[in-house]
Amino acid sequence: MIVGRESPQRKVFNVLNFFLFVIVDIICLYPMWYVFVQSLSTGFRASRAMLWPINFSFENYSAILTRKDIGHAVWISILRTVSGTTLTVLGCMMLGYLFTKQNMPFRKFLYRVLIITMYVGGGLIPTYLVYKAYHLNNTFFVYILPSIISAYYVILIKTFVEALPTSVEESAMLDGAGVFTIFWHIILPMCLPIIATIAIYASVGQWNSWFDNHLYALSNKKLLTLQYLLYKYLQEAQNIANELTKERQEAALQITPRGVRMTVTMITIIPIFLVYPFFQRFLIKGLLIGAVKG
Amino acid sequence: MSTAISRIKKPKKNWTYFFIALPLMLLVVLFHYVPLAGWYLAFIDYKVGQPILKCHWVGFKYFRMLFSSRDFGRIMGNTCIFSTYYMFMLLLPPLFAILLNELKLKRFGKFSQTAATLPNFVSWVLVYSVFYAVFSSDGIVNTLLGHFGTSQKWMSSKKDVYWFQSFVWAWKNVGWKSIIYIAAISSIDQELYEAAAVDGANRFKMCLHITIPGLIPTFLVLFLIAVGNFVSNGLQQYFVFDNAIISKKIETIELYTYNKGLKLLDYSYATAVGMFQSVISIVLLFIANGTSKLVRGESIF
Repeated sequence: MIVGRESPQRKVFNVLNFFLFVIVDIICLYPMWYVFVQSLSTGFRASRAMLWPINFSFENYSAILTRKDIGHAVWISILRTVSGTTLTVLGCMMLGYLFTKQNMPFRKFLYRVLIITMYVGGGLIPTYLVYKAYHLNNTFFVYILPSIISAYYVILIKTFVEALPTSVEESAMLDGAGVFTIFWHIILPMCLPIIATIAIYASVGQWNSWFDNHLYALSNKKLLTLQYLLYKYLQEAQNIANELTKERQEAALQITPRGVRMTVTMITIIPIFLVYPFFQRFLIKGLLIGAVKG
Repeated sequence: MSTAISRIKKPKKNWTYFFIALPLMLLVVLFHYVPLAGWYLAFIDYKVGQPILKCHWVGFKYFRMLFSSRDFGRIMGNTCIFSTYYMFMLLLPPLFAILLNELKLKRFGKFSQTAATLPNFVSWVLVYSVFYAVFSSDGIVNTLLGHFGTSQKWMSSKKDVYWFQSFVWAWKNVGWKSIIYIAAISSIDQELYEAAAVDGANRFKMCLHITIPGLIPTFLVLFLIAVGNFVSNGLQQYFVFDNAIISKKIETIELYTYNKGLKLLDYSYATAVGMFQSVISIVLLFIANGTSKLVRGESIF
Protein backbone atom coordinates (compact mmCIF):
# COMPACT_ATOMS: atom_id res chain seq x y z
CA MET A 1 0.00 0.00 0.00
CA ILE A 2 1.10 3.53 -0.66
CA VAL A 3 2.29 5.44 2.35
CA GLY A 4 1.67 9.14 2.13
CA ARG A 5 1.45 11.88 4.72
CA GLU A 6 -1.64 11.37 6.78
CA SER A 7 -4.23 14.04 7.24
CA PRO A 8 -5.48 14.81 10.78
CA GLN A 9 -8.89 13.34 9.94
CA ARG A 10 -7.18 10.18 8.84
CA LYS A 11 -5.35 9.91 12.15
CA VAL A 12 -8.59 10.37 14.08
CA PHE A 13 -10.19 7.71 11.92
CA ASN A 14 -7.35 5.30 12.58
CA VAL A 15 -7.70 5.69 16.32
CA LEU A 16 -11.50 5.34 16.23
CA ASN A 17 -11.23 2.32 13.94
CA PHE A 18 -8.74 0.72 16.31
CA PHE A 19 -11.09 1.16 19.26
CA LEU A 20 -14.01 -0.13 17.21
CA PHE A 21 -12.15 -3.38 16.67
CA VAL A 22 -11.17 -3.58 20.31
CA ILE A 23 -14.90 -3.46 21.08
CA VAL A 24 -15.68 -6.04 18.38
CA ASP A 25 -13.04 -8.37 19.84
CA ILE A 26 -14.46 -7.93 23.31
CA ILE A 27 -18.01 -8.67 22.12
CA CYS A 28 -16.79 -11.78 20.34
CA LEU A 29 -14.44 -13.16 22.96
CA TYR A 30 -15.47 -11.80 26.35
CA PRO A 31 -18.67 -13.90 26.67
CA MET A 32 -16.52 -17.03 26.44
CA TRP A 33 -14.05 -15.70 29.00
CA TYR A 34 -16.97 -14.82 31.26
CA VAL A 35 -18.29 -18.37 31.09
CA PHE A 36 -14.79 -19.66 31.80
CA VAL A 37 -14.38 -17.43 34.86
CA GLN A 38 -17.80 -18.38 36.18
CA SER A 39 -17.10 -22.07 35.79
CA LEU A 40 -14.05 -21.68 38.03
CA SER A 41 -15.92 -19.73 40.70
CA THR A 42 -17.71 -21.27 43.65
CA GLY A 43 -19.75 -20.11 46.58
CA PHE A 44 -22.70 -17.75 46.86
CA ARG A 45 -20.97 -14.87 45.16
CA ALA A 46 -19.84 -16.99 42.21
CA SER A 47 -22.24 -15.37 39.76
CA ARG A 48 -20.58 -12.00 40.48
CA ALA A 49 -17.29 -13.11 38.92
CA MET A 50 -16.55 -11.03 35.82
CA LEU A 51 -12.87 -10.74 35.08
CA TRP A 52 -11.42 -13.23 37.49
CA PRO A 53 -12.80 -16.26 39.36
CA ILE A 54 -14.24 -15.68 42.84
CA ASN A 55 -13.29 -18.42 45.30
CA PHE A 56 -11.22 -20.13 42.64
CA SER A 57 -11.68 -23.89 42.59
CA PHE A 58 -11.90 -26.82 40.19
CA GLU A 59 -14.79 -28.19 42.25
CA ASN A 60 -17.32 -27.75 39.42
CA TYR A 61 -15.08 -29.58 36.98
CA SER A 62 -14.24 -32.48 39.27
CA ALA A 63 -17.91 -32.88 40.22
CA ILE A 64 -19.09 -32.89 36.62
CA LEU A 65 -16.28 -34.82 34.96
CA THR A 66 -16.73 -37.71 37.38
CA ARG A 67 -20.35 -38.13 36.34
CA LYS A 68 -20.82 -41.27 34.27
CA ASP A 69 -23.12 -39.70 31.68
CA ILE A 70 -20.53 -37.08 30.76
CA GLY A 71 -17.80 -39.64 30.21
CA HIS A 72 -20.03 -41.68 27.95
CA ALA A 73 -21.26 -38.63 26.03
CA VAL A 74 -17.68 -37.50 25.39
CA TRP A 75 -16.94 -40.97 24.06
CA ILE A 76 -19.97 -40.91 21.72
CA SER A 77 -19.07 -37.44 20.48
CA ILE A 78 -15.49 -38.48 19.75
CA LEU A 79 -16.65 -41.69 18.10
CA ARG A 80 -19.06 -39.94 15.77
CA THR A 81 -16.53 -37.21 14.97
CA VAL A 82 -13.79 -39.69 14.06
CA SER A 83 -15.89 -42.23 12.17
CA GLY A 84 -18.16 -39.65 10.54
CA THR A 85 -15.24 -37.56 9.34
CA THR A 86 -13.33 -40.55 7.98
CA LEU A 87 -16.29 -41.85 6.00
CA THR A 88 -17.23 -38.39 4.72
CA VAL A 89 -13.70 -37.71 3.52
CA LEU A 90 -13.36 -41.09 1.79
CA GLY A 91 -16.85 -41.05 0.28
CA CYS A 92 -16.68 -37.48 -1.03
CA MET A 93 -13.09 -37.93 -2.26
CA MET A 94 -14.05 -41.00 -4.25
CA LEU A 95 -17.14 -39.40 -5.74
CA GLY A 96 -15.38 -36.11 -6.46
CA TYR A 97 -12.55 -38.00 -8.16
CA LEU A 98 -14.94 -40.13 -10.24
CA PHE A 99 -16.78 -37.02 -11.42
CA THR A 100 -13.56 -35.77 -13.03
CA LYS A 101 -13.57 -38.83 -15.30
CA GLN A 102 -14.93 -37.75 -18.66
CA ASN A 103 -15.55 -41.36 -19.68
CA MET A 104 -17.72 -42.28 -16.71
CA PRO A 105 -21.16 -43.36 -17.95
CA PHE A 106 -24.01 -41.02 -16.91
CA ARG A 107 -21.47 -38.63 -15.39
CA LYS A 108 -23.41 -35.44 -16.10
CA PHE A 109 -26.70 -36.94 -15.01
CA LEU A 110 -25.36 -38.26 -11.70
CA TYR A 111 -23.58 -34.98 -11.01
CA ARG A 112 -26.82 -33.08 -11.49
CA VAL A 113 -28.68 -35.51 -9.24
CA LEU A 114 -26.13 -34.69 -6.56
CA ILE A 115 -26.14 -30.91 -7.02
CA ILE A 116 -29.92 -30.65 -6.81
CA THR A 117 -29.74 -31.89 -3.21
CA MET A 118 -28.14 -28.56 -2.29
CA TYR A 119 -31.36 -26.74 -3.10
CA VAL A 120 -34.27 -29.09 -2.40
CA GLY A 121 -34.87 -31.37 0.53
CA GLY A 122 -37.81 -33.32 1.83
CA GLY A 123 -38.07 -31.28 5.00
CA LEU A 124 -38.27 -32.17 8.64
CA ILE A 125 -41.21 -34.55 8.90
CA PRO A 126 -40.69 -36.71 5.78
CA THR A 127 -37.01 -37.04 6.67
CA TYR A 128 -37.89 -38.09 10.19
CA LEU A 129 -40.39 -40.70 8.99
CA VAL A 130 -38.06 -42.02 6.29
CA TYR A 131 -35.25 -42.55 8.81
CA LYS A 132 -37.76 -44.33 10.98
CA ALA A 133 -38.74 -46.55 8.08
CA TYR A 134 -35.05 -47.39 7.53
CA HIS A 135 -34.84 -48.35 11.23
CA LEU A 136 -32.06 -45.81 11.64
CA ASN A 137 -33.69 -44.02 14.54
CA ASN A 138 -31.96 -44.61 17.84
CA THR A 139 -28.95 -46.26 16.22
CA PHE A 140 -25.47 -44.82 15.97
CA PHE A 141 -25.68 -44.93 12.16
CA VAL A 142 -28.16 -42.06 12.10
CA TYR A 143 -25.25 -39.77 13.07
CA ILE A 144 -23.03 -41.02 10.26
CA LEU A 145 -24.81 -42.34 7.18
CA PRO A 146 -26.91 -39.30 6.15
CA SER A 147 -23.90 -36.99 6.08
CA ILE A 148 -21.40 -39.18 4.23
CA ILE A 149 -22.01 -37.56 0.85
CA SER A 150 -22.20 -33.78 0.78
CA ALA A 151 -22.68 -32.07 -2.56
CA TYR A 152 -20.62 -29.09 -1.40
CA TYR A 153 -17.57 -31.18 -0.48
CA VAL A 154 -17.81 -33.12 -3.74
CA ILE A 155 -17.73 -29.85 -5.69
CA LEU A 156 -14.65 -28.69 -3.76
CA ILE A 157 -12.87 -32.00 -4.42
CA LYS A 158 -13.82 -32.15 -8.08
CA THR A 159 -12.47 -28.63 -8.58
CA PHE A 160 -9.24 -29.55 -6.81
CA VAL A 161 -8.68 -32.82 -8.69
CA GLU A 162 -9.39 -31.18 -12.06
CA ALA A 163 -6.45 -28.84 -11.46
CA LEU A 164 -4.02 -31.68 -10.71
CA PRO A 165 -1.53 -32.88 -13.34
CA THR A 166 -2.75 -36.13 -14.90
CA SER A 167 0.57 -37.54 -16.11
CA VAL A 168 1.33 -39.70 -13.06
CA GLU A 169 -2.17 -41.13 -13.09
CA GLU A 170 -2.02 -41.88 -16.80
CA SER A 171 1.29 -43.69 -16.61
CA ALA A 172 -0.04 -45.73 -13.68
CA MET A 173 -3.08 -46.59 -15.77
CA LEU A 174 -0.84 -47.75 -18.62
CA ASP A 175 0.96 -49.96 -16.09
CA GLY A 176 -2.38 -51.58 -15.42
CA ALA A 177 -3.15 -50.12 -11.98
CA GLY A 178 -6.81 -50.40 -10.95
CA VAL A 179 -9.10 -47.57 -9.93
CA PHE A 180 -8.75 -48.18 -6.19
CA THR A 181 -4.95 -48.44 -6.43
CA ILE A 182 -4.74 -45.17 -8.31
CA PHE A 183 -7.20 -43.53 -5.91
CA TRP A 184 -5.35 -44.67 -2.81
CA HIS A 185 -1.73 -44.34 -3.91
CA ILE A 186 -1.82 -41.42 -6.34
CA ILE A 187 -4.92 -39.28 -5.93
CA LEU A 188 -5.27 -39.23 -2.13
CA PRO A 189 -1.63 -38.21 -1.46
CA MET A 190 -1.90 -35.37 -3.98
CA CYS A 191 -5.16 -34.16 -2.40
CA LEU A 192 -3.93 -33.68 1.16
CA PRO A 193 -4.66 -29.91 1.22
CA ILE A 194 -8.30 -30.34 0.22
CA ILE A 195 -8.62 -33.40 2.47
CA ALA A 196 -7.47 -31.29 5.41
CA THR A 197 -10.08 -28.65 4.61
CA ILE A 198 -12.92 -31.13 4.33
CA ALA A 199 -11.82 -33.17 7.34
CA ILE A 200 -11.88 -30.03 9.50
CA TYR A 201 -15.28 -28.92 8.25
CA ALA A 202 -16.71 -32.38 8.73
CA SER A 203 -15.26 -32.87 12.19
CA VAL A 204 -16.39 -29.46 13.46
CA GLY A 205 -19.83 -30.27 12.07
CA GLN A 206 -19.92 -33.66 13.74
CA TRP A 207 -18.66 -32.34 17.07
CA ASN A 208 -21.22 -29.52 17.06
CA SER A 209 -24.10 -31.63 15.85
CA TRP A 210 -26.87 -32.07 18.39
CA PHE A 211 -30.16 -31.63 16.57
CA ASP A 212 -29.95 -35.09 14.99
CA ASN A 213 -29.54 -36.44 18.50
CA HIS A 214 -32.70 -34.61 19.53
CA LEU A 215 -34.70 -35.64 16.47
CA TYR A 216 -33.60 -39.19 15.78
CA ALA A 217 -31.87 -40.65 18.81
CA LEU A 218 -33.76 -39.20 21.74
CA SER A 219 -34.88 -42.39 23.45
CA ASN A 220 -31.57 -44.26 23.31
CA LYS A 221 -29.69 -42.90 26.31
CA LYS A 222 -26.53 -44.66 25.19
CA LEU A 223 -26.32 -42.39 22.13
CA LEU A 224 -26.38 -39.12 24.03
CA THR A 225 -23.76 -36.76 22.59
CA LEU A 226 -21.92 -34.14 24.59
CA GLN A 227 -23.68 -31.27 22.84
CA TYR A 228 -27.10 -32.67 23.56
CA LEU A 229 -26.18 -33.54 27.11
CA LEU A 230 -25.27 -29.88 27.51
CA TYR A 231 -28.67 -28.92 26.14
CA LYS A 232 -30.32 -31.21 28.67
CA TYR A 233 -28.17 -29.85 31.46
CA LEU A 234 -29.19 -26.34 30.49
CA GLN A 235 -32.80 -27.42 30.94
CA GLU A 236 -32.29 -29.42 34.11
CA ALA A 237 -29.41 -27.62 35.77
CA GLN A 238 -31.30 -27.27 39.05
CA ASN A 239 -31.79 -31.02 39.52
CA ILE A 240 -28.26 -31.86 38.56
CA ALA A 241 -26.87 -29.24 40.92
CA ASN A 242 -28.93 -30.69 43.77
CA GLU A 243 -27.72 -34.18 42.95
CA LEU A 244 -24.11 -33.11 42.84
CA THR A 245 -24.38 -31.15 46.05
CA LYS A 246 -25.93 -34.16 47.79
CA GLU A 247 -23.22 -36.47 46.46
CA ARG A 248 -20.52 -34.24 47.83
CA GLN A 249 -21.83 -33.46 51.25
CA GLU A 250 -18.34 -33.75 52.70
CA ALA A 251 -17.21 -30.86 50.55
CA ALA A 252 -18.43 -27.64 52.05
CA LEU A 253 -18.78 -26.07 48.63
CA GLN A 254 -22.15 -25.89 47.02
CA ILE A 255 -22.65 -26.64 43.37
CA THR A 256 -25.12 -24.21 41.83
CA PRO A 257 -27.20 -24.73 38.68
CA ARG A 258 -25.32 -21.84 37.15
CA GLY A 259 -21.99 -23.48 37.99
CA VAL A 260 -23.16 -26.69 36.30
CA ARG A 261 -24.23 -24.83 33.17
CA MET A 262 -21.05 -22.82 32.87
CA THR A 263 -18.79 -25.81 33.44
CA VAL A 264 -20.48 -28.10 30.90
CA THR A 265 -20.41 -25.25 28.40
CA MET A 266 -16.67 -24.85 28.88
CA ILE A 267 -16.05 -28.59 28.51
CA THR A 268 -17.94 -28.61 25.23
CA ILE A 269 -16.46 -25.41 23.81
CA ILE A 270 -12.81 -25.98 24.71
CA PRO A 271 -12.00 -28.46 21.88
CA ILE A 272 -13.20 -25.92 19.29
CA PHE A 273 -11.18 -23.19 20.96
CA LEU A 274 -7.99 -25.21 20.99
CA VAL A 275 -8.31 -26.34 17.41
CA TYR A 276 -9.72 -23.29 15.67
CA PRO A 277 -6.74 -20.88 15.56
CA PHE A 278 -4.54 -23.56 13.96
CA PHE A 279 -7.05 -24.78 11.43
CA GLN A 280 -8.57 -21.41 10.59
CA ARG A 281 -6.71 -21.12 7.29
CA PHE A 282 -8.04 -24.48 6.05
CA LEU A 283 -11.59 -23.45 6.83
CA ILE A 284 -11.16 -20.14 5.04
CA LYS A 285 -9.68 -21.90 2.04
CA GLY A 286 -12.66 -24.22 1.83
CA LEU A 287 -15.03 -21.27 1.98
CA LEU A 288 -13.19 -19.38 -0.76
CA ILE A 289 -12.89 -22.28 -3.24
CA GLY A 290 -16.60 -22.86 -2.77
CA ALA A 291 -17.36 -19.19 -3.32
CA VAL A 292 -15.44 -19.09 -6.59
CA LYS A 293 -17.38 -22.09 -7.83
CA GLY A 294 -20.64 -20.35 -6.93
CA MET B 1 -5.34 -29.04 -20.12
CA SER B 2 -6.33 -32.17 -18.25
CA THR B 3 -7.59 -34.11 -21.23
CA ALA B 4 -5.14 -36.40 -22.94
CA ILE B 5 -5.39 -36.84 -26.69
CA SER B 6 -6.87 -40.32 -26.31
CA ARG B 7 -9.78 -38.80 -24.42
CA ILE B 8 -10.57 -36.15 -26.97
CA LYS B 9 -11.14 -38.86 -29.57
CA LYS B 10 -14.44 -40.44 -28.62
CA PRO B 11 -13.61 -41.71 -25.12
CA LYS B 12 -14.42 -45.31 -24.35
CA LYS B 13 -16.91 -45.49 -21.50
CA ASN B 14 -15.47 -47.03 -18.37
CA TRP B 15 -18.20 -48.80 -16.42
CA THR B 16 -15.94 -49.44 -13.43
CA TYR B 17 -16.26 -45.75 -12.53
CA PHE B 18 -20.02 -46.00 -12.73
CA PHE B 19 -20.24 -49.04 -10.48
CA ILE B 20 -17.98 -47.53 -7.85
CA ALA B 21 -20.09 -44.37 -7.84
CA LEU B 22 -23.34 -46.33 -7.58
CA PRO B 23 -23.33 -47.18 -3.84
CA LEU B 24 -22.32 -43.60 -3.01
CA MET B 25 -25.11 -42.21 -5.18
CA LEU B 26 -27.46 -44.68 -3.53
CA LEU B 27 -26.79 -42.87 -0.25
CA VAL B 28 -27.75 -39.60 -1.93
CA VAL B 29 -31.00 -41.09 -3.19
CA LEU B 30 -31.84 -42.71 0.16
CA PHE B 31 -31.22 -39.63 2.24
CA HIS B 32 -32.19 -36.80 -0.11
CA TYR B 33 -34.66 -38.09 -2.68
CA VAL B 34 -36.74 -40.63 -0.76
CA PRO B 35 -37.72 -37.95 1.79
CA LEU B 36 -38.97 -35.87 -1.15
CA ALA B 37 -41.43 -38.68 -1.88
CA GLY B 38 -42.61 -38.11 1.69
CA TRP B 39 -44.42 -35.00 0.47
CA TYR B 40 -47.15 -37.47 -0.39
CA LEU B 41 -48.02 -37.40 3.32
CA ALA B 42 -49.35 -33.86 2.92
CA PHE B 43 -52.18 -35.17 0.76
CA ILE B 44 -53.37 -38.05 2.92
CA ASP B 45 -54.71 -38.48 6.44
CA TYR B 46 -51.59 -40.13 7.81
CA LYS B 47 -52.04 -42.01 11.06
CA VAL B 48 -49.08 -43.49 12.91
CA GLY B 49 -49.01 -47.26 12.56
CA GLN B 50 -51.29 -47.34 9.54
CA PRO B 51 -49.76 -48.42 6.20
CA ILE B 52 -49.32 -45.31 4.07
CA LEU B 53 -51.16 -46.73 1.06
CA LYS B 54 -54.26 -47.46 3.15
CA CYS B 55 -54.51 -43.87 4.40
CA HIS B 56 -57.31 -41.65 3.21
CA TRP B 57 -56.55 -39.31 0.27
CA VAL B 58 -57.60 -35.79 1.28
CA GLY B 59 -56.19 -33.65 -1.52
CA PHE B 60 -55.37 -30.10 -0.47
CA LYS B 61 -57.22 -30.26 2.85
CA TYR B 62 -54.12 -29.59 4.93
CA PHE B 63 -53.03 -26.71 2.76
CA ARG B 64 -56.45 -25.10 3.08
CA MET B 65 -56.19 -25.71 6.81
CA LEU B 66 -52.85 -23.91 6.87
CA PHE B 67 -53.99 -20.89 4.87
CA SER B 68 -57.18 -20.44 6.89
CA SER B 69 -55.46 -21.06 10.21
CA ARG B 70 -55.06 -18.21 12.66
CA ASP B 71 -51.40 -19.17 12.99
CA PHE B 72 -50.63 -18.58 9.33
CA GLY B 73 -50.38 -14.79 9.39
CA ARG B 74 -48.39 -14.84 12.60
CA ILE B 75 -45.75 -17.38 11.54
CA MET B 76 -45.34 -15.84 8.09
CA GLY B 77 -45.05 -12.44 9.75
CA ASN B 78 -42.39 -13.67 12.17
CA THR B 79 -40.46 -15.37 9.39
CA CYS B 80 -40.53 -12.26 7.22
CA ILE B 81 -39.54 -9.93 10.06
CA PHE B 82 -36.53 -12.06 10.96
CA SER B 83 -35.53 -12.35 7.30
CA THR B 84 -35.87 -8.60 6.77
CA TYR B 85 -33.55 -7.96 9.71
CA TYR B 86 -31.09 -10.43 8.17
CA MET B 87 -31.31 -8.70 4.81
CA PHE B 88 -30.24 -5.43 6.41
CA MET B 89 -27.49 -7.21 8.27
CA LEU B 90 -26.04 -8.34 4.94
CA LEU B 91 -24.40 -4.90 4.97
CA LEU B 92 -22.39 -5.70 8.09
CA PRO B 93 -19.89 -8.21 6.63
CA PRO B 94 -18.68 -5.88 3.84
CA LEU B 95 -18.47 -3.00 6.31
CA PHE B 96 -16.50 -5.22 8.68
CA ALA B 97 -14.13 -6.24 5.87
CA ILE B 98 -13.52 -2.65 4.72
CA LEU B 99 -12.80 -1.39 8.22
CA LEU B 100 -10.60 -4.38 8.96
CA ASN B 101 -8.65 -3.66 5.81
CA GLU B 102 -8.09 -0.07 6.99
CA LEU B 103 -6.50 -1.17 10.27
CA LYS B 104 -2.91 0.00 10.53
CA LEU B 105 -1.78 -2.78 12.85
CA LYS B 106 -1.88 -5.83 10.63
CA ARG B 107 -1.29 -8.33 13.44
CA PHE B 108 -4.15 -6.84 15.39
CA GLY B 109 -6.25 -7.17 12.24
CA LYS B 110 -5.39 -10.87 11.98
CA PHE B 111 -6.26 -11.34 15.63
CA SER B 112 -9.58 -9.53 15.21
CA GLN B 113 -10.41 -11.68 12.22
CA THR B 114 -9.80 -14.84 14.24
CA ALA B 115 -11.81 -13.50 17.17
CA ALA B 116 -14.76 -12.52 15.01
CA THR B 117 -14.88 -15.75 13.00
CA LEU B 118 -14.64 -18.04 16.03
CA PRO B 119 -18.32 -17.80 17.09
CA ASN B 120 -19.30 -19.29 13.74
CA PHE B 121 -17.85 -22.60 14.87
CA VAL B 122 -19.77 -22.73 18.11
CA SER B 123 -22.96 -24.81 17.99
CA TRP B 124 -26.36 -23.21 18.62
CA VAL B 125 -26.65 -25.00 21.95
CA LEU B 126 -23.40 -23.38 23.04
CA VAL B 127 -24.44 -20.00 21.67
CA TYR B 128 -27.59 -20.26 23.72
CA SER B 129 -25.64 -21.26 26.78
CA VAL B 130 -23.17 -18.38 26.40
CA PHE B 131 -25.96 -15.84 25.87
CA TYR B 132 -27.83 -17.28 28.79
CA ALA B 133 -24.74 -16.74 30.93
CA VAL B 134 -24.40 -13.14 29.84
CA PHE B 135 -28.04 -12.03 29.69
CA SER B 136 -29.88 -14.10 32.32
CA SER B 137 -31.08 -12.46 35.53
CA ASP B 138 -27.80 -13.13 37.36
CA GLY B 139 -25.67 -12.60 34.25
CA ILE B 140 -23.18 -9.81 33.78
CA VAL B 141 -25.43 -7.46 31.81
CA ASN B 142 -28.11 -7.40 34.48
CA THR B 143 -25.52 -7.27 37.24
CA LEU B 144 -24.07 -4.14 35.68
CA LEU B 145 -27.51 -2.66 35.00
CA GLY B 146 -28.33 -3.42 38.62
CA HIS B 147 -25.83 -0.73 39.64
CA PHE B 148 -28.12 1.75 37.90
CA GLY B 149 -31.15 0.29 39.57
CA THR B 150 -32.67 -1.40 36.56
CA SER B 151 -32.71 -4.83 34.98
CA GLN B 152 -34.25 -6.48 31.97
CA LYS B 153 -35.38 -10.00 31.09
CA TRP B 154 -33.59 -10.10 27.72
CA MET B 155 -34.23 -13.71 26.80
CA SER B 156 -37.94 -13.62 27.58
CA SER B 157 -38.98 -10.15 26.54
CA LYS B 158 -41.68 -10.10 23.88
CA LYS B 159 -40.84 -6.70 22.50
CA ASP B 160 -37.11 -7.41 22.20
CA VAL B 161 -37.33 -10.79 20.45
CA TYR B 162 -36.59 -9.63 16.91
CA TRP B 163 -33.62 -7.41 17.48
CA PHE B 164 -32.23 -9.62 20.21
CA GLN B 165 -32.30 -12.69 17.95
CA SER B 166 -30.78 -10.60 15.16
CA PHE B 167 -27.99 -9.60 17.50
CA VAL B 168 -27.40 -13.26 18.36
CA TRP B 169 -27.37 -14.10 14.65
CA ALA B 170 -24.93 -11.29 13.92
CA TRP B 171 -22.64 -12.40 16.74
CA LYS B 172 -22.40 -15.88 15.26
CA ASN B 173 -22.30 -14.98 11.57
CA VAL B 174 -20.93 -11.55 10.67
CA GLY B 175 -17.25 -12.32 11.19
CA TRP B 176 -17.30 -15.46 9.12
CA LYS B 177 -19.35 -13.94 6.32
CA SER B 178 -16.88 -11.07 6.07
CA ILE B 179 -14.13 -13.49 4.96
CA ILE B 180 -15.47 -13.54 1.41
CA TYR B 181 -15.31 -9.74 1.30
CA ILE B 182 -11.81 -9.69 2.77
CA ALA B 183 -10.75 -12.01 -0.06
CA ALA B 184 -12.55 -9.82 -2.59
CA ILE B 185 -10.73 -6.70 -1.32
CA SER B 186 -7.36 -8.39 -1.54
CA SER B 187 -8.06 -9.37 -5.14
CA ILE B 188 -8.71 -5.76 -6.22
CA ASP B 189 -5.95 -4.55 -8.52
CA GLN B 190 -3.42 -2.58 -6.44
CA GLU B 191 -2.59 -0.39 -9.44
CA LEU B 192 -6.01 1.21 -9.15
CA TYR B 193 -5.08 2.50 -5.72
CA GLU B 194 -1.69 3.69 -6.92
CA ALA B 195 -3.24 5.54 -9.82
CA ALA B 196 -5.79 7.12 -7.48
CA ALA B 197 -3.01 8.19 -5.12
CA VAL B 198 -1.20 9.89 -7.99
CA ASP B 199 -4.43 11.72 -8.74
CA GLY B 200 -4.47 12.92 -5.13
CA ALA B 201 -7.34 10.79 -3.80
CA ASN B 202 -7.38 10.20 -0.06
CA ARG B 203 -8.17 6.84 1.57
CA PHE B 204 -11.85 7.67 1.96
CA LYS B 205 -12.19 8.56 -1.73
CA MET B 206 -10.34 5.37 -2.69
CA CYS B 207 -12.69 3.33 -0.54
CA LEU B 208 -15.71 5.02 -2.09
CA HIS B 209 -14.57 4.75 -5.71
CA ILE B 210 -12.46 1.59 -5.77
CA THR B 211 -13.11 -0.73 -2.83
CA ILE B 212 -16.90 -0.45 -2.63
CA PRO B 213 -17.48 -0.88 -6.37
CA GLY B 214 -15.12 -3.86 -6.20
CA LEU B 215 -17.32 -5.49 -3.57
CA ILE B 216 -20.67 -4.93 -5.23
CA PRO B 217 -20.65 -8.09 -7.42
CA THR B 218 -19.99 -10.26 -4.34
CA PHE B 219 -22.66 -8.43 -2.42
CA LEU B 220 -25.20 -8.95 -5.20
CA VAL B 221 -24.62 -12.69 -5.29
CA LEU B 222 -24.97 -13.02 -1.51
CA PHE B 223 -28.02 -10.78 -1.56
CA LEU B 224 -29.73 -12.96 -4.16
CA ILE B 225 -28.88 -16.12 -2.21
CA ALA B 226 -30.46 -14.46 0.84
CA VAL B 227 -33.58 -13.73 -1.22
CA GLY B 228 -33.72 -17.42 -2.10
CA ASN B 229 -33.55 -18.26 1.61
CA PHE B 230 -36.11 -15.66 2.65
CA VAL B 231 -38.57 -18.14 4.13
CA SER B 232 -35.95 -20.62 5.35
CA ASN B 233 -34.03 -18.88 8.08
CA GLY B 234 -33.07 -21.99 9.97
CA LEU B 235 -34.56 -23.88 12.85
CA GLN B 236 -31.90 -24.42 15.47
CA GLN B 237 -31.52 -20.82 16.64
CA TYR B 238 -35.24 -20.39 17.29
CA PHE B 239 -35.48 -23.85 18.77
CA VAL B 240 -32.86 -23.21 21.45
CA PHE B 241 -33.99 -19.66 22.28
CA ASP B 242 -37.68 -20.58 22.38
CA ASN B 243 -39.45 -20.23 25.72
CA ALA B 244 -43.04 -20.02 26.92
CA ILE B 245 -43.16 -16.23 27.09
CA ILE B 246 -41.80 -15.41 23.63
CA SER B 247 -42.93 -18.55 21.79
CA LYS B 248 -45.64 -16.74 19.81
CA LYS B 249 -43.12 -14.21 18.53
CA ILE B 250 -40.19 -16.48 17.82
CA GLU B 251 -42.18 -19.16 16.02
CA THR B 252 -40.99 -19.06 12.41
CA ILE B 253 -42.39 -21.33 9.75
CA GLU B 254 -39.73 -23.95 10.40
CA LEU B 255 -40.23 -23.95 14.15
CA TYR B 256 -43.96 -24.19 13.50
CA THR B 257 -43.38 -27.28 11.34
CA TYR B 258 -41.36 -28.80 14.15
CA ASN B 259 -43.92 -27.96 16.82
CA LYS B 260 -46.88 -29.26 14.84
CA GLY B 261 -45.12 -32.35 13.52
CA LEU B 262 -42.79 -33.66 16.14
CA LYS B 263 -44.35 -32.24 19.28
CA LEU B 264 -48.05 -32.65 18.45
CA LEU B 265 -47.43 -35.54 16.00
CA ASP B 266 -49.68 -33.98 13.39
CA TYR B 267 -47.50 -35.42 10.61
CA SER B 268 -49.68 -34.69 7.60
CA TYR B 269 -50.35 -31.08 8.52
CA ALA B 270 -46.68 -30.43 9.35
CA THR B 271 -45.60 -32.00 6.07
CA ALA B 272 -47.96 -29.64 4.25
CA VAL B 273 -46.43 -26.67 6.07
CA GLY B 274 -42.91 -27.86 5.22
CA MET B 275 -43.87 -28.43 1.61
CA PHE B 276 -45.39 -24.97 1.35
CA GLN B 277 -42.13 -23.52 2.63
CA SER B 278 -40.04 -25.57 0.17
CA VAL B 279 -42.17 -24.54 -2.79
CA ILE B 280 -41.90 -20.84 -1.86
CA SER B 281 -38.14 -21.26 -1.48
CA ILE B 282 -37.76 -22.84 -4.89
CA VAL B 283 -39.86 -20.11 -6.52
CA LEU B 284 -37.76 -17.41 -4.81
CA LEU B 285 -34.61 -19.24 -5.90
CA PHE B 286 -35.70 -19.13 -9.54
CA ILE B 287 -36.65 -15.46 -9.25
CA ALA B 288 -33.26 -14.67 -7.72
CA ASN B 289 -31.45 -16.66 -10.38
CA GLY B 290 -33.44 -15.06 -13.18
CA THR B 291 -32.75 -11.60 -11.80
CA SER B 292 -29.05 -12.41 -11.63
CA LYS B 293 -29.03 -13.56 -15.25
CA LEU B 294 -30.81 -10.38 -16.27
CA VAL B 295 -28.61 -8.00 -14.29
CA ARG B 296 -25.19 -9.60 -14.44
CA GLY B 297 -25.54 -11.92 -17.40
CA GLU B 298 -24.68 -15.01 -15.36
CA SER B 299 -26.61 -17.27 -13.07
CA ILE B 300 -25.67 -17.72 -9.43
CA PHE B 301 -26.37 -21.43 -9.22
